[in-house]
Order: sequence, then C-alpha cells, then structure tokens
Amino acid sequence: MKIPVVKEILSANDQVAAENRAEFDAAGVFVLNLMASPGAGKTSLILATVDQLPEEVRPGVIEGDLASTIDADTIAAQGIPVVQVNTGGSCHLDAPMIRTALPNLPLDAMHLLFIENVGNLVCTAEFALGADLAVVVASVPEGHDKPYKYPGMFASADAVVLNKADLLEVFEFDVDYFRSGLEMLNSDAPLFIASCRTGDGINDWVTWLLSRLR
Amino acid sequence: MHELPVTEGILSVALEAAQQNGARRIMAIDLVIGELAGIVDDSVQFYFDILSKDTIAEGAILRFRREPAMAACGDCGHQFTVEAPLTAVCPVCGGIRLHVSGGREFFVESIEVDDEDPGSEGDPERERSGGG
Repeated sequence: MKIPVVKEILSANDQVAAENRAEFDAAGVFVLNLMASPGAGKTSLILATVDQLPEEVRPGVIEGDLASTIDADTIAAQGIPVVQVNTGGSCHLDAPMIRTALPNLPLDAMHLLFIENVGNLVCTAEFALGADLAVVVASVPEGHDKPYKYPGMFASADAVVLNKADLLEVFEFDVDYFRSGLEMLNSDAPLFIASCRTGDGINDWVTWLLSRLR
Repeated sequence: MHELPVTEGILSVALEAAQQNGARRIMAIDLVIGELAGIVDDSVQFYFDILSKDTIAEGAILRFRREPAMAACGDCGHQFTVEAPLTAVCPVCGGIRLHVSGGREFFVESIEVDDEDPGSEGDPERERSGGG
C-alpha cells in the first residue's frame, strides 16, 4: 500500500529554523547567514562591515567551524559579542546548533547578527538557520566558474559579495562570466565587487545591507 | 558529509508517516530530489541501511526521482535541461541570457508500507499465505 507523504526531508531542521527566526524577530535582530568556500573572506567581510556600521547598529557574531576558536578570537578581539559553534566535523551549521548558541548571545543588545557558516559551497545551502538573508561570499582566486559549478548555493543567495577584487587582474577573473552565471540562477541577488583588504566596494555592500535592515 | 543528516531526515519523515497510518513495515520510500540539490543516491542508501536497523524501515528501498533543472534562453526561447556544471550559452542560438529554474526539490513523496504483520522479518518480498 502506498501512502502519500510530500514532506520536506529537512522539515525537522526547517521547524527549528522557524523558531530561531521567531526569536530573532522578537528581539529585533536582523540575521545574515554568510556562506562561502574556506578562505573566501567571511571573517574579513564581517570585520570590514562592522567597521562601517553606524554606532546605533550593534553587531554580534556566531562563528561556525569544524573545530578551533581562531575566527571567534579574531572577532572577540574587536570587542564584538561572539559565540563559537564547533560542529565537530559536520560540514555545515544547522538550525538546532544555532538554537543552542542563542542563550549565550545578548540578543536584546544587538541589531545585526552575522552567522559565519562552515566553509563549504554545497551543504550549507540546504540547511535553513532562521536568517533573514543568505549571503554568499565568493572570492577572486576561486575562479569565475563558481556559480556554474555550485548552482544550488548561488540560487539560494539573497546577495553575493565577490571579495579580493584587488586580485581581479592577477587571476584574469572574468567578472561578466561570473555575473552571467549568477544572473541565470538568480536574477534578484545583487552582486557586490569588493576587497576587504583595500576596502573598495565595502561601502556599497554596507549601504545595501543597511537599507534591508530598516 | 551532509548525506548523513539528510538520511536522518528521510528516515524520520518516513517513520512519522508510517506511524500516523498505523503501518507495521516500510517497504520503500519514494524521494523527489532536484538535480541541483547536491545529493549522492548511493551514499544516502548506504547511510539509510545503517540508520534504519531495528526500525520498521529496516530493509526499505529508497527510490529516487530526479527532477531536472530547466534553462530557458532569453534570446531565442529555447528550453533545455541542465545540471552542474551549468553551461553558459544556449546550444541553439549561442545567447548568454539564460534563466535556470527548478532542480531544488528535496522531499519524501510517498512511502510504500505493508500493513500485514511481518511474520518473516527482513524478507519484504515474502508470499502472503492468506487471501489478503
């Protein structure tokens, strides 16, 4: 006998993500899920973004990593509230991990929460966390073919930041090809071409982010 | 590695549906997975065989229905199926204004259950002795 089900495979995760979202909304916190390859510059983008936030927009960070507190220590050194989540080998954060981290964050005292996901362009896109925006950080040395090779990730993005733009010439990076790949999957997501090292383009990204916040 | 939590999801959705319907044994699970969802079928069945041990889903077969992603050309209107890595140009007119949709499906469509008491455990193909 066949029984129709039609239920999302990750519905248990989605349920917890919805609870997270409700808690963020109740606390008035806007949440970003930052996804990228390892080394694309997620932590650098958080620091560069926080640097340009108006004083009244108070940030916080959840750092997801397989192990170690290297990124969390970097964030904490800037005086930003941060919670480290070690996934213990799992290649992505999931909604229950975020749930567990929440009591350790002063949600009432922050407005913008960055969740730095584990460096991975596949799994992280499938697990909702309860964030308002999914932001993909790509970087020039990874090559301009990433949207074509990891379509699931780029299709799920609300915005894409292309970091390390100071290296565009060195890597003969074809911005138009990259942009076409993104647009074919996702015509709504804006692309910000930036360099966390030089600061170029960060202002446009932060301006757009703040416009979403208010 | 994310095939493991995905498989846990499949098992829990299937067990819940079986319980709600008073089923005694799950023989098969029908899954709909988009081509862009990034899941390896063999890997999921491997994890499933381990995770389902000692549940009513032990021995169940996972049947995957792959849903294609479709590309539509903004220049000539040609539509074709795509998978990763995506092509950048329309194969008909060479245009680069493509739009890709679909291929992100990720759900349990149905389960096939045996509502008879499993007399010979682990042998889902057994003949029924009675009339029905």
